Amino acid sequence: MMDLTVNGAVARVDVDPATPLLYVLRDDLGLHGAKFGCGLGQCGACTVLVDDRPVFSCLLPVGAVGARSVTTVEGLGTATAPGDLQRAFLHEQAAQCGYCIPGMIARAEGLLRKTTTPTEDEMRAAMAPSLCRCGTHMRILRAVRRAAAMRGGGVIDSAEPVT
Amino acid sequence: MSAHASRRDVLGGLIVAFSLAPAALAQTGGGEGSGGPPTVAPDLPGTLAKFPDLDAWIRIAPDGRVTVFTGKVELGTGVKTAMAQLAADELDVALDRIDLITADTALTPNEGVTAGSQTLEQSGTAIANAAANVRLLLAETAAKQWGVAATTLFTRDGAVLDGQGRRASYADLAASTSLAVRARADVPRKPPDARRLIGRSVPRVDLPAKLTGLASYVQDMCLPGMVHARVLRGPGSGTRLAPDLAALRRQPGVGSVVQVGQFAAIVGPREWPLEQALRVANRGRWEREAALPALPALPDGLLGMRRESKVIDTRRDEPGAQGVRQLTARYDRPYLMHGAIGPSCAVALFDEGRLTVWTHSQGVEPLRQAIAELLAMPAERIRCVHREGAGCYGHNGADDVAGDVALIARGMPGVPVRLQWSREQEHGWEPLGPAMLAQLDAALDASGRIVDWRHQVWSNTHSTRPVAAGDLLAGGEMVPAFAPTPPKPIPQPNGGGDRNAIPLYRFPNQTVVSHFLPDMPVRVSALRGLGAHLNIFALESFMDELAAAAGRDPVAFRLAHLDDPRAAAVIRRAADRFGWAKYRAGPNCGRGFAFARYKNHGAYCAVALDVERIPDEGRLIVHRAVAAVDSGEAVNPDGIRNQVEGGIVQSLSWTAFEGAGHEGARRTDYDWSTYPILRFADAPRTVSVEVVDRPGKPFLGTGECAQGPTAAALANALAAATGKRSRSMPLGRHGPKLDE
Repeated sequence: MMDLTVNGAVARVDVDPATPLLYVLRDDLGLHGAKFGCGLGQCGACTVLVDDRPVFSCLLPVGAVGARSVTTVEGLGTATAPGDLQRAFLHEQAAQCGYCIPGMIARAEGLLRKTTTPTEDEMRAAMAPSLCRCGTHMRILRAVRRAAAMRGGGVIDSAEPVT
Repeated sequence: MSAHASRRDVLGGLIVAFSLAPAALAQTGGGEGSGGPPTVAPDLPGTLAKFPDLDAWIRIAPDGRVTVFTGKVELGTGVKTAMAQLAADELDVALDRIDLITADTALTPNEGVTAGSQTLEQSGTAIANAAANVRLLLAETAAKQWGVAATTLFTRDGAVLDGQGRRASYADLAASTSLAVRARADVPRKPPDARRLIGRSVPRVDLPAKLTGLASYVQDMCLPGMVHARVLRGPGSGTRLAPDLAALRRQPGVGSVVQVGQFAAIVGPREWPLEQALRVANRGRWEREAALPALPALPDGLLGMRRESKVIDTRRDEPGAQGVRQLTARYDRPYLMHGAIGPSCAVALFDEGRLTVWTHSQGVEPLRQAIAELLAMPAERIRCVHREGAGCYGHNGADDVAGDVALIARGMPGVPVRLQWSREQEHGWEPLGPAMLAQLDAALDASGRIVDWRHQVWSNTHSTRPVAAGDLLAGGEMVPAFAPTPPKPIPQPNGGGDRNAIPLYRFPNQTVVSHFLPDMPVRVSALRGLGAHLNIFALESFMDELAAAAGRDPVAFRLAHLDDPRAAAVIRRAADRFGWAKYRAGPNCGRGFAFARYKNHGAYCAVALDVERIPDEGRLIVHRAVAAVDSGEAVNPDGIRNQVEGGIVQSLSWTAFEGAGHEGARRTDYDWSTYPILRFADAPRTVSVEVVDRPGKPFLGTGECAQGPTAAALANALAAATGKRSRSMPLGRHGPKLDE
């Protein structure tokens, strides 16, 4: 048995500590935001925040989380009360199939917790570990720029102004 | 009538009981897998022609909620939103009163496969016209109750009104209005200027759930008592694993091993132990099937394969036209992967002799037939229900995993089973988009006009979508094995390998030859756009080469060979928005333009790119992508923009970076490390898409229209930037083809 802090609440789970965090979130805690994409840390569909850093939850053994807090896309807002990043994604309609988007949002949250004034290149580099097959990249970047502005910052050298 | 009702409200809701103009008829489509049952009502538009009864499409509950049924599925293109808009607008109800049921063999009309950018053309047209019929029937019920003519009434927000204070809600009227009646062909749709929702960029109805982590995909399903499963297969298509099943049974967390013929899977209560057991299994012996033909060396090896050649178009309007300059060129693309971000997954439950399969297949009806044969069960006892998966872009592992889970679930009555393929299985087993080659020959006359044109294309089939058990991977693993359905070409006017091989341009003399290659050394099937990607890449690259030979501007050269005003309009819009005429190339930069009308009867799309190639790195930077698109009547303009933006970025990835590797006929790509797709650093700096709306015109579909034009625009821009033309995909980041 171990205690896990997820989205501000402590959950007690009874799993092999080697189990990747992703399976604990999805199968034990019923949090389906983080997605299985590769199990290899190559695509970012499983991205969640551990403390303030984006991690591949498909690789991180749950036993290694320890006392650190885990934040998934569910912890950033709800369908009826979406958080600012989710509102930015909705404003830009930044999804096609949407499968990669919870990971994208978690990764963007990690960036904006570090800085709300990244450069365009820094933003792209920060988002680079996450893959999107639908080609939604332009809208995802617009949403991150919008969220940066909503937090009082903005993307420097932005390829497109937030309107 | 409310004193505040605007003229638009009144006009919008007026009942017009006869048609002012013929309803727009659907175009004939099909050809990408099963298209559903035969037409029974040819006078009705869209799929109403196959299912003419209104209650197949629309039902109204006693509380006034409207349920709309479509046999098509949401693939991430936003069609659920668009179809809800169509129904709500034509019925005059609020959007949030609509519940949309997508493909479910127990509930929805059999609309075959969701493919070919035909969802709005077929299903959207049916729903819009069915809704217009239902609205008229409800008004006629009110008219009868009130003893007035229906044409004196109007509708607003789910009710019929007479303007004198009488109001009857749809909920009340529905109780005495039978929708089990055939649609009438002469019921007009609302005039474009009366529409409230059609033509508006309504936010996607499915995104709030998806963006906040609510269960939205088949992968997210969790039924009471559900167990997990993993299938055991060799490393890639054409291999066979010989797992040590006894050893697997001893693995912790493996509850049972399912074996049917040469099909094998492991089942257990938790996913992670199964993942570990799968790794153990994958260390086992595997062998290669002997039966596959040898993979030819690409691209020229395609020319030596057995082929069935057919002239699909020929014209000799000016046999005497004199060419003074001849050009010839060959273009090719490698095998391409669908590469869904979520590997395929399905859930099934076999209970009391009935099987339910939840699947992200694009065709629940043909899948049901294939599973019925696989399990030797009557199809009537099988229900296939669509649940969304990750964006598939064609025939990936979705159907195979559904066949797999059906086999597993049949052996475990009463227990829901969820089967998740691994990343390596998706990469290793999904059918690839076929490698292709095209050769183009043309002649210019002394004035720089194209007077003769010849296009030949060599390709495997572009659809092995399942219609029978042998088309599913598991079918080939039965003993004896089910045989796959023999491949055949998809006929024009849609075409498969020859899709968009026939130019939309007007050339006085032309010949188009489709060389269909029936032998398939590599497992292939439908990938977004089918042959249009390579054919438009070839055709529109060649147009630039001819324009250069003729000393003409590429945009003006295209316009000079077109007589379709909508094509010309899209080309001009894209060129103007891009600033084609005043473009000045930066260092190592070049502009490229391309155009196509998808399938020659779908959406018009023109793409202009400004591309830089960093000389020493070989890296590409797409500074600007500008597109204009005419998809007919735009139901949701932002949905169209989203599709075209995505199509541009995806096609840049295919065209610049991708190609599935093989050693002999064995795949060498099992994950993203060796099959890299475009990441954020390589995404364009900006993309802008202009939608040319055509209110009142038929829907032309949008999903696949940007793939071909983007590919050719990239080739043309790189040629302009570097002075060297690459005709072989991938056009590359560091590729020798750019540096040779």
